[in-house]
Amino acid sequence: MSQDSSGPAILVEGLTKSFGEVQALRGIDLAVPRGTVLGVLGPNGAGKTTAVRILTTLLLPDSGRALVDGRDVVRQAAAVRRSIGLSGQSAAIQEELTGRENLELIGRLYHLSKPESRSRAAQLLEQFDLVDAAGRPAKTYSGGMQRRLDLAASLVGRPQVLFLDEPTTGLDPRSRLGMWDIIRSLVEGGTTLLLTTQYLDEADELADEIVVIDHGLVIAAGTAEELKSRVGGDVLEFTVPDRNRLSDAVTAVAMVGEGEPHADKETGVVSVGVGGRGSDALIDGVRALDAAGVQTHGLALRRPSLDDVFLALTGHAAEEEELNGKRRKSRRSKRDETKATS
Amino acid sequence: MTTATAPTISLPDEPGLLIRCRWAVSDTLVLARRNLLVWFRVPAYLVFTVIQPVMFVLMFRYVFGGAIKVPGGDYVDFLMPGIIGQTAAFASFATAIALAQELKKGVIDRLRSMPMARSAVLTGRLLADTGRMLVTILIIVAVGYAVGFRFHNGVIPAILMVVLATVFGLSICLIAAFTGLAIGDEESVQAFGLIWLFPITFLSSAFVPISSMPGWLQAFANNQPVTYVINTMRALALGHQPIEANLWKSIAWLAGILIVFVPLAVRAYKRAS
Repeated sequence: MSQDSSGPAILVEGLTKSFGEVQALRGIDLAVPRGTVLGVLGPNGAGKTTAVRILTTLLLPDSGRALVDGRDVVRQAAAVRRSIGLSGQSAAIQEELTGRENLELIGRLYHLSKPESRSRAAQLLEQFDLVDAAGRPAKTYSGGMQRRLDLAASLVGRPQVLFLDEPTTGLDPRSRLGMWDIIRSLVEGGTTLLLTTQYLDEADELADEIVVIDHGLVIAAGTAEELKSRVGGDVLEFTVPDRNRLSDAVTAVAMVGEGEPHADKETGVVSVGVGGRGSDALIDGVRALDAAGVQTHGLALRRPSLDDVFLALTGHAAEEEELNGKRRKSRRSKRDETKATS
Repeated sequence: MTTATAPTISLPDEPGLLIRCRWAVSDTLVLARRNLLVWFRVPAYLVFTVIQPVMFVLMFRYVFGGAIKVPGGDYVDFLMPGIIGQTAAFASFATAIALAQELKKGVIDRLRSMPMARSAVLTGRLLADTGRMLVTILIIVAVGYAVGFRFHNGVIPAILMVVLATVFGLSICLIAAFTGLAIGDEESVQAFGLIWLFPITFLSSAFVPISSMPGWLQAFANNQPVTYVINTMRALALGHQPIEANLWKSIAWLAGILIVFVPLAVRAYKRAS
């Protein structure tokens, strides 16, 4: 039974975890009400996977407390495992076995009887649009199908709380949209979901609440709208074709914006938050750039995306951090890498 | 739980010891069955695991065998217990590689996040690999018979020889399970397996009489577990050697390996990530 069926589905207090010198989590707090979706957003190496691994009883925290479905993930790990489903970053399926065999196997390991395992597998194959492929070895599946099968496997035990660790990483855009539809329909069924992602649009699309994690700390929390308002209104954005003039462009619009402009040296895209000044800022921006003699294209005013939020919160873009993260990781051993990343 | 609820009520979903033991057995069987199914699904793999030792039999019987003199009997009789012991030891490659793969692909994470018996991933793997090893050993015995090998000591000792080979193979699989989980990368695990399994099987009494080796090598070859196990197997198969000393040393070594590597493998599994 749930110890406290009215309490949050997930409650995390002061969770920390280090791998050697690397502090993967530096004191995380989370509360996820039942039936809602929490998006955990952060770049690679931020600590997302470490948090999921602790919540799914795969890893012991160094300190702090975590309850899932009212049970302590350390002291009542066995009970937690009966309440959860986990689908990780790679498809954890047996490729030589068929889709149906994979699901029936999981059913048997949940101690369902053979007929129960069979009917549960049939049900999930139907739900995940895998009926036609059910008799084929999973290695013949496309990446999207394998992910769907993996997600289906995580649902065999009818979990109260579902953990999806970067469910669309590595999928092509169409499979990604298909995955979003499936996740939305799961959530409509009342499952509590914790979803990690590096994709800001994904969190925006699927999550009720978002927490942003960076370097093992929660640096912001709220709804997508609340987070966007943190940027302070609209964003002025344009591209500078001549990369040599990038710094001139930044200097020119620094006066126009409310915050520090951000320039991407790779793409030549410059963005700056302009608060509520909207079209005035646009006009000022055009004048400033013209006065500085900087050529631009695609100059426009837009609503802030979560990318801007990330930028405003951390001072760097999610993608840049990802690159730095990779460099950081390469110095560590492979084991630590799988443990500590994202 | 609210304070109004009876305190015992937090336990209905905590199964008793008896049920947990039953689950440990049934989960082991489910996973062993899956592992064997995977083996059968990859015919190339199936064939290679059998062909490799058959190749060794033919090569040593017909290529090297003519040049190797063994005391008191045919080389093929000397050879077969050695090949069977080596086959049993080499079965461990599959154990290490499969566990490393499952670890890498996240299969082990999935299974560890489920309310199944945590021991079953290891026991199911070892059970399937032992079954597979036994099948391979029986095929090798049949091939041996085709090329002139004979058991000279009766049926029961012959069966005991196969049992000893299987227990020996299982203990090596256990070491491999530990290395597979601890290293966690299939290529490295495979390379590592070669580094220690080739020397200990070839620097033993498996293929040549140890007396033909240089003195410094004899010191190692005479005092290492593979030699004890293979001498015992040879004594069981052929019956013209005393068995006691080698048997006790084999048992001591195998027990030692189990005592050391069962906890190590379990620990590696628990900490695997």
